[in-house]
Amino acid sequence: MSLELRGITKTFGALVANDSIDLRVETGEIHAILGENGAGKSTLMNIVYGLVAPDSGEILVDEVLKKISEPSDALASGIGMVHQHFMLVPVFTVAENIVLGHEKTGFAGRLDLNEARERIKKVSDQFNFNVNPDDLIEGLPVGVQQRVEIIRALIYDAKVLILDEPTAVLTPQETNDLLKIMQELKAQGTSIIFITHKLREVKAVADRITIIRRGKVVGNASPDASQNELASLMVGREVELAPERGAHEIGSDVLVVSDLSILDITGRALVSKVNFSVKAGEVLAIAGVQGNGQSEVARAMVNLEPLVQGSITLDGEEIVGKSVRESLHAGIAFVPESRELDGLIGSMSIAENLMLDLHDLPPYARGVQLFPAIVLSQAERQREEFDIRLQSVSDPISSLSGGNKQKVVLARELSRPVKLLVASQPTRGLDVGSIEFVHKRILEERDSGRAVLLFSTELDEVLALADRIAVMYRGEILSIVPAGVSAQELGLLMAGVVNA
Amino acid sequence: MHKLLSKRPSLRALTLPGLAFLLAMFFGALLIAFSDSTVLKHIGHPLAFLKAAGVAVWQSYLALFEGSVYNPSLATPHDALLSWYPLSETLVTAAPLMLAGLSVALAFRAGLFNIGAQGQFIFGSIAASYVGFHFHLPLGVHLIAAVLAAVVAGALWGGLVGLLKARTGAHEVIVTIMLNYVALYFLMWLLGTTRFLRPGRRDPISPDVLTSARMPLLAGSNYRVNLGIFVALAAATFVWWLLTRSTWGFRFRAVGANSAAAKTAGISVPFVMTSVMAISGALAGLGGAVHVLGSDFSLTSGTAGNFGFDAITVALLGRAKPMGVVFASILFGALRAGGGTMQANTSTPIDIVLVIQALVVLFIAAPSVVKWVFRLKNVKTTGELAAKGWNG
Repeated sequence: MSLELRGITKTFGALVANDSIDLRVETGEIHAILGENGAGKSTLMNIVYGLVAPDSGEILVDEVLKKISEPSDALASGIGMVHQHFMLVPVFTVAENIVLGHEKTGFAGRLDLNEARERIKKVSDQFNFNVNPDDLIEGLPVGVQQRVEIIRALIYDAKVLILDEPTAVLTPQETNDLLKIMQELKAQGTSIIFITHKLREVKAVADRITIIRRGKVVGNASPDASQNELASLMVGREVELAPERGAHEIGSDVLVVSDLSILDITGRALVSKVNFSVKAGEVLAIAGVQGNGQSEVARAMVNLEPLVQGSITLDGEEIVGKSVRESLHAGIAFVPESRELDGLIGSMSIAENLMLDLHDLPPYARGVQLFPAIVLSQAERQREEFDIRLQSVSDPISSLSGGNKQKVVLARELSRPVKLLVASQPTRGLDVGSIEFVHKRILEERDSGRAVLLFSTELDEVLALADRIAVMYRGEILSIVPAGVSAQELGLLMAGVVNA
Repeated sequence: MHKLLSKRPSLRALTLPGLAFLLAMFFGALLIAFSDSTVLKHIGHPLAFLKAAGVAVWQSYLALFEGSVYNPSLATPHDALLSWYPLSETLVTAAPLMLAGLSVALAFRAGLFNIGAQGQFIFGSIAASYVGFHFHLPLGVHLIAAVLAAVVAGALWGGLVGLLKARTGAHEVIVTIMLNYVALYFLMWLLGTTRFLRPGRRDPISPDVLTSARMPLLAGSNYRVNLGIFVALAAATFVWWLLTRSTWGFRFRAVGANSAAAKTAGISVPFVMTSVMAISGALAGLGGAVHVLGSDFSLTSGTAGNFGFDAITVALLGRAKPMGVVFASILFGALRAGGGTMQANTSTPIDIVLVIQALVVLFIAAPSVVKWVFRLKNVKTTGELAAKGWNG
């Protein structure tokens, strides 16, 4: 089934999200739509799926004009969509989730899942999904939950499948599995629209690539184009994908972590007896698949974890047992894993977010008196240094793009005297341009003699930035390897394979 | 307001509460019309019915106005100004309500739903009244001592909630509801003790507060309006300063908006919860003092009336902003003061006032109704405000 979009335009106030976009997806092709965050990819797909009404434009399915004003219209036309954030009920089984909204009932309203079970099994076997219809969603890994979403689309006869940033939440292994599934689907005649900003994946599976920038189609590319070419088209300027690593000196130990164990509230060890150290002028990356204890180790660096045993010293000074505030002021800059949840206060202004940690110290305050004018002027200064793109520092932080939000977090954390930078997933969900900025800044910190502790699940990021790499698996450090390790080797270590 | 904190013109902030109030008045008018027997007599004749309804509504709302702001028939040949007597009554009711409303609003801003203003108000009343009737102190000192006692009592009663939440995670809504009962029954028990029972009385009422501890009257002995309204306005200014110009308020707002991020930035969330509830309690306690020392003078089991609960409505209507609370409490004070006159002068029961109050809250909590009726777009809503407190 082919899908054609003609002149799709959508504006939100003054923002033109989609500017007369034309797009054609052929039967059985994987069509990648590449663009930075905020380029208008998601808006376009929400229009195709009937979640957003376009201002103008036409949608044709198999050369027939279709009016799609609700998701049910899209499903009826054979268009299915898997959202970035899954729409699943965690306490329901796979089968229950799939029949939701289309339940078949038997005698006296009894829910009849047998037919759904059969169909799920059939689809699962056909594409090697390995999904059991009776598993509870909350017990399934993220990658499998995503397959459930795909099955749901396929069961309702989707011939065009929209995948919105499908790999954002996946581990490297799960990503590879998904790419295989996509090829399998394609081989059996399903068209796939693959929304992403990850160049490697596009090159791996796409048949054709459409690049969107600021709401407009700026070009088409074939998968043979180099990553640098694609990135430049996407961002609109030359981009350095692998940041240059300056010559620098490695000093003495700044951070020493010995026998660190972290327990959850029931006393179970999430992290057990971890040892590592970071020297001045060095980036130590802690790699690992999400959920192997890295998040907890990162949080423990500033005492955000309540139950910690062992020792963490910063220039010889014990950190464990201090308050969060004391840890930060001892010289640790902390970039939390979740910008939205832990890094920023969405309803407060950009300027206020830039001084959360220093709000009761000069120059912002004297005694209990706060000086709003100084908050603004300091924010202007930081905005220039960190190139934060904004209209006004008094705007709420929620008005910024992901990349600019991360710049705010970095600007705030690096405005204190810092010996150690702890950055947890610092580029998660960011676009190429912002990733470039964050990477450069991290290396600048290293080159100026600070210790950097980087937590990342992205192989590319770890390999680009680290001087040494520690791999965490099930709450322990499997091994610490030098930077020269290959991506494949690292991937195996992250999967828990030590001697391959 | 400083542009750091709000870019929204204040006029637009008033749109939703204002329209909600209009809509509530409209439904109130319908109720007045359909509950009036003379109006209903004309139900078969549309024109006559409309006319009668118009007269009934006009008379009721006129009485409401005359009971709350200005009533020319009260003027005497000696004193024309007496026609403003109702306004004095409005302000007398508004002052304690304003303080209790500020209490709820402040806690709201820190993400806490203080249902306990009633209990804190009661403790403030008890402390102020006890100092007021039991001790003999010089003029001025006595009043200050009574007010301070109320502030401390309210702060302790409120701070207890914050401490429980910070230490044990107990939800403040449950705790404050329960503490309201404790406060009420403590008051009733006290009124049975010899220390608090007025000599010669058997019904639960305390001695009158001595004149040295009373709030000075502002407009002479013909009017009840007293220093309390200025105390309340000063408190509103203080809360405004606290929230927008102080490091404490900054912390309160940060914790209220996203406690996880506040914690990550090194702000002590337990300390904020305890201190905000203590200050919130102090404000409600001050409300109790203003009520007892300004207009009631003695404690009864019904001393706190409905102030602590109306305070929630007032805070909601005022969008948890000090300026908003000032306006909302004066409005509610007017409704309360005018309701009595309306009931006396027309056949409209005072309950209509309660219905209007309830509808205002309902429309503010469901802003889409107001937007739909008035065909509004892009007006900021307070929906998230009401929900926030429950997330704990």
